Amino acid sequence: MYVYDKVDQKIIDERVAQYRDQTARYLAGELSEEQFLPLRLQNGLYIQRLAPMLRIAVPYGLLNTRQVRKLAWLSREYDKGYVHISTRQNVQMNWPQLPEVPDILAELAAVEMHAVQTSGNCIRNTTTDQFAGVAPDELTDPRPYCELIRQWSTFHPEFAFLPRKFKIAVCGSESDRAAIYAHDIGLELVRNDKGEIGLKVLAGGGLGRTPVIGSVICDWLAPRHMLTYLEAILRVYNQHGRRDNKYKARIKILVRAMGVDAFRAAVEKEWAAIKDGPSTLTENALAHAASFFTDPPYETLDGAAANRELADLCSEDAIFSNWVERNTREHRVDGYRSVTVSLKATGFPPGDITAEQLEQLADLADEFSFGEIRTTHQQNLVLADVRSADLHSLWQRLQPLGLATANIGYLTDMICCPGGDYCALANAKSIPVAEAIQARFDDMDYVYDLGPIDVNISGCMNACGHHHIGHIGILGVDKKGQEFYQVCLGGSQAKDASIGKILGPSFKQEDMPDVMEKILDTFVSLRAEEESFLDTYRRVGIDPFKERVYAEAD
Amino acid sequence: MPKLIKNGTIIGDNWLPADDTLEQPASNQIHTLSQWQALPEKSGSAVQLEPGDGVEPLLEHLTDIAVVAVNFPGFMDGRGFSYARELRERGYRGEIRATGHFIRDQLTYLSRVGCDAFQFADETLLEPALASLQDFSEYYQAAIDQPQPLFRRRA
Ligand code: SF4
Repeated sequence: MYVYDKVDQKIIDERVAQYRDQTARYLAGELSEEQFLPLRLQNGLYIQRLAPMLRIAVPYGLLNTRQVRKLAWLSREYDKGYVHISTRQNVQMNWPQLPEVPDILAELAAVEMHAVQTSGNCIRNTTTDQFAGVAPDELTDPRPYCELIRQWSTFHPEFAFLPRKFKIAVCGSESDRAAIYAHDIGLELVRNDKGEIGLKVLAGGGLGRTPVIGSVICDWLAPRHMLTYLEAILRVYNQHGRRDNKYKARIKILVRAMGVDAFRAAVEKEWAAIKDGPSTLTENALAHAASFFTDPPYETLDGAAANRELADLCSEDAIFSNWVERNTREHRVDGYRSVTVSLKATGFPPGDITAEQLEQLADLADEFSFGEIRTTHQQNLVLADVRSADLHSLWQRLQPLGLATANIGYLTDMICCPGGDYCALANAKSIPVAEAIQARFDDMDYVYDLGPIDVNISGCMNACGHHHIGHIGILGVDKKGQEFYQVCLGGSQAKDASIGKILGPSFKQEDMPDVMEKILDTFVSLRAEEESFLDTYRRVGIDPFKERVYAEAD
Repeated sequence: MPKLIKNGTIIGDNWLPADDTLEQPASNQIHTLSQWQALPEKSGSAVQLEPGDGVEPLLEHLTDIAVVAVNFPGFMDGRGFSYARELRERGYRGEIRATGHFIRDQLTYLSRVGCDAFQFADETLLEPALASLQDFSEYYQAAIDQPQPLFRRRA
């Protein structure tokens, strides 16, 4: 993983000092509320319903165990002893005190962490595949590109006051685990006809009030041009993106208004002026970035033997077998598997993890996975490099921590924003809905039988829970001051990305488990053999679901 | 005499602020874009860009213009950052002053994109603002003050 040098450290330390001064001036009344707002936002600090919320950056989801232990310590010292993993792979503290935030940032800086640009109208944390570097279907590792983008976008002087927030995702594998089609800019590493690796550039994707799938604006871009090309896109957006209406300010609206071809032409024009300039990446720069993402010291193992042994263990223990099947996946290297640690146990807010769990998990990562932990945009954690032979002991140690729920990719592994329990922008609560659904579907055999289903819940149109791209999406809406929930079906975040379709009129919170049950019953009755929910939906359309859900509700 | 920060120090300013109600702005007045476009002689002139104006109209006269004032009616509108940088990239060497309602916490960014003068509506803000020019001593990306990105300067 990337390691700071003196310059990185200096920049982050200077930021802490700058923010300390800004906080002091705000508390002394020298900075107005309005002026302090974007400054604190660009340092990840929101003022929420109950308290401030601090969003700590986890660049492209990578953490070492020293950082994890620091997060645990901070959550005890400055918060209530737990943190939340966000859908942008970041970590959120829900109860810090505003005057103490500079101290928290100083503590973070000591372990090469920060909260820079985790909020506000600027370029946000770049996200990628949580299995980057270990996935068997990977063309090339996206993380060096992410790191180069991180450095380029950190305190970018021209793009700190954009019309709206700006999110970039990078994917380097066959299946898209980074939802690149739902980002302001999505970058996919691809080969051209000559077999050279380059970037396919998508722009104008996004969720929120007007969900749009990104459009391809460049089929193949040589990696050395990545930063100048990004700069050209941002420059067009900064100058021409709408600033009069915050709901029309994202780049997706600009791309749509201009038309993809005109937008591409505008980008090419800006690009022509800066192409091959100093921001063109050098061989050295690319190699330097790549040098941080080399293999850990893997052992040479007999893959076939390891699989046999694992299969034997699984056949002896059905519960372990379930966990291996749902929560571990194939690794590029023989004898290893990647483990997803579920933060979706029934009865706990999705994505929350306590200080105790963090510390214990850090110990396990040191012991079993080269001291590294990854966050996922599905709000889980990953130990990417575990020997198959260690899975059973790891699983036994995860169980008492409540971290062995075997549901990754299944119904109860819901993506869920903090919603009305914490978030000042919410129309409705989201956590209780997730919990009620988890409680209703507590029969894991039934859940496994349903096959993989993405259920995504957002508490408002801002769509932090990515409800549009869930196979089943749930959105909190406000109906005359009452909390209601709209359901959409058929969204997908994969390369066949699609935006879910609204089922019909919204529902009361207490009806949501019943509604879910009807949707799932309909699926089960129409499903052909082992068909997945999404395939069935795509085959039969929304009508059968509509009929069933609303017929009985009337 | 009004004051501003120029090249890191506070000095007096001879330019009169832009005023779009004037039919005949004075020769030492900053012109609005439309006043400026009507000027027969652009040499030594001063022109103010508002968000939305873009730099295109100035490009033909970059060697004539003495001052470009980039106005910030509100500090959240960041179009001016691109204007300043584009002007410098296209070879403009005169003064670029930020005017209006930007805040001192933006000085690092403004000076990085090529602003060399800062005029606050409230002059008492000038003195304390000087400190904000020193907020950072290192940067990752290329900009006007440091045309080489860090990746070209790292050993
Ligand atoms: S989707 Fe809405 S309610 Fe949920 S976290 Fe985002 S802003 Fe808050």
